[in-house]
Amino acid sequence: MRFLSLVLINLLRHRLRALIGVAGISFGVAAMLTILAIVTGAIGMFQRILSSDSHYLVFEKNVSDLFFSSVTTEQVDAIRGRPEVAAAHPMLFGIVSAPGHPVITCFGIERGDPRLRKGEWLAGSAADFGGRPGEVFLGARAAEFLEAMQGDTIEVGRGSFTVGGIFRNENGFEDGGVFMPLAEAQAFFSRGAASSVVAVQLRDENLGPAFKAGLETAYPGIIALENREFSSSYNSFKILNFTAWAVGICAFCLGGLGVANTMLLSVFSRIREIAVLRVCGFSDRQVAALIFGEASVVAAAGVAVGFAIGFTVLAILEHTPQFQGYVQATISAPVLVGIVATALITAVAGAIYPARYASRIQPAEALRYE
Amino acid sequence: MNSGRGAILAEARDVVKSYDHGRITVLQGVSLTLRAGELVSLWGASGSGKSTLLHLLGGLDLPDSGELKVCGLNPVREADRLELRRRHLGYVFQLHNLIPDLTVAENIRVPALAVGLPPRETAARVQELAEQIGMSHRLTHRVQDLSGGERQRTAICRALMNAPRLLLADEPTGSLDEQTGETVFSLLKSLAERERIAVVLATHERRFAEQCHRIVRVRDGALAEV
Repeated sequence: MRFLSLVLINLLRHRLRALIGVAGISFGVAAMLTILAIVTGAIGMFQRILSSDSHYLVFEKNVSDLFFSSVTTEQVDAIRGRPEVAAAHPMLFGIVSAPGHPVITCFGIERGDPRLRKGEWLAGSAADFGGRPGEVFLGARAAEFLEAMQGDTIEVGRGSFTVGGIFRNENGFEDGGVFMPLAEAQAFFSRGAASSVVAVQLRDENLGPAFKAGLETAYPGIIALENREFSSSYNSFKILNFTAWAVGICAFCLGGLGVANTMLLSVFSRIREIAVLRVCGFSDRQVAALIFGEASVVAAAGVAVGFAIGFTVLAILEHTPQFQGYVQATISAPVLVGIVATALITAVAGAIYPARYASRIQPAEALRYE
Repeated sequence: MNSGRGAILAEARDVVKSYDHGRITVLQGVSLTLRAGELVSLWGASGSGKSTLLHLLGGLDLPDSGELKVCGLNPVREADRLELRRRHLGYVFQLHNLIPDLTVAENIRVPALAVGLPPRETAARVQELAEQIGMSHRLTHRVQDLSGGERQRTAICRALMNAPRLLLADEPTGSLDEQTGETVFSLLKSLAERERIAVVLATHERRFAEQCHRIVRVRDGALAEV
């Protein structure tokens, strides 16, 4: 028998109690995994929408959200006219609703936008885009949940449109979106001649600083950010990330309380046994290690179960039509490591008081009431 | 009587112990000397202070005043107390206090875990002790499957695991029937004589006290040689 055996035996002896601790941690892990995967997946999708074939993103300075950004046609023309620029693709974002579907993202883009070329066309073709007035083009997932086919008339917002084509896009947001020509989108959303953002492709990446300086000097009301720079500084991403971690950590705190409760019960129910261990030569550190060992095993089991639950929930969400392709779970290795570390820290923190209590049990005091 | 036949192993001088902030005095300046290989009975009624004296000798509790020296160590000092429990002392309780759900062998091994004895050495020692105490056929059985006498014999094996020089037995026959009590007492006596371990037996049963090398009567917190 080794030290670990003693740890495991104590847990196995009170299986239900140990399972409650495991459940606390596993729910924390599952909650954090699910929330972070959804949020980072959503951020990733949004980043890919913006950065399609581009080096820089240009948008209105000091806006809280890109949906409120306005880059005028004059400014778009000025960007295109700059010597550093190979191509510039303006895009207007809007939110519309359809019967039974309260939130659908609408993209106003130009005919030459690269995403039309890259999509897998299921009906119609990129060449049809913007060819006839009153037409919209649907992402494959949008066509699925709107139950629309090419040539059908659909109600979107306050208008009726004919479905001009359907194309599959690997990006969940775009696949669940409605596309219309930029000019029609500007009219539909009453945005005059404004775009939300302009994706800029440079002739040479090294020309970036010159492009940025030149543009921002000429138009102090707009800002040009490298894609990487945009991802780290965009407020909405920061808020989403912060919220995800905050909610996850709150879930873990509840899990930690569960572990604390489990370990406290475990200590209280075997005060005499711990006293006997002390009599047999266990130091206070060894007794504390026993409790921390139990908490760590509970945490490890909780992480395993939590990952199983979390990944199952994500798989279900990803394949649920109601989520309209907005859930694209992405979980990076650092996030996984962060979740495991948070689980272990929570469990160990939850065991601090029980371990301290156990290590201070005085054998004579505990054995006196034999 | 074999009193004085071995080297001095433990000494208590003018030891006072009270509880409830000094309101209840359990030991009133007691002195005692224990020598290697002797079997000493602390004989007295329940509540006379026998267990308290054993706790003090075993470093399980601290005296209010007085001097204690056990196996060359001072049980008042924390580091010495730990060393005493690990290397020099074995403790047997009235109730066996074995860990449920562990087998006999696993229970006997617990003190070896505390000192980090290598597994092979531990296994050999467990086998040796079990054979010595007559428990080798029960090593793989769980505590709940043992009789009262077997449990107490397992507890004695556990107390002997780290080869102590002093065995403190607190009413080890108190919860056993007459015949099993005799068996356990004989075992303790033979350990003292064969292994030259000093055994201190706290008991209220005169029949066992009378068979010891020395009887120390404990009454109202004071000691008297009988």
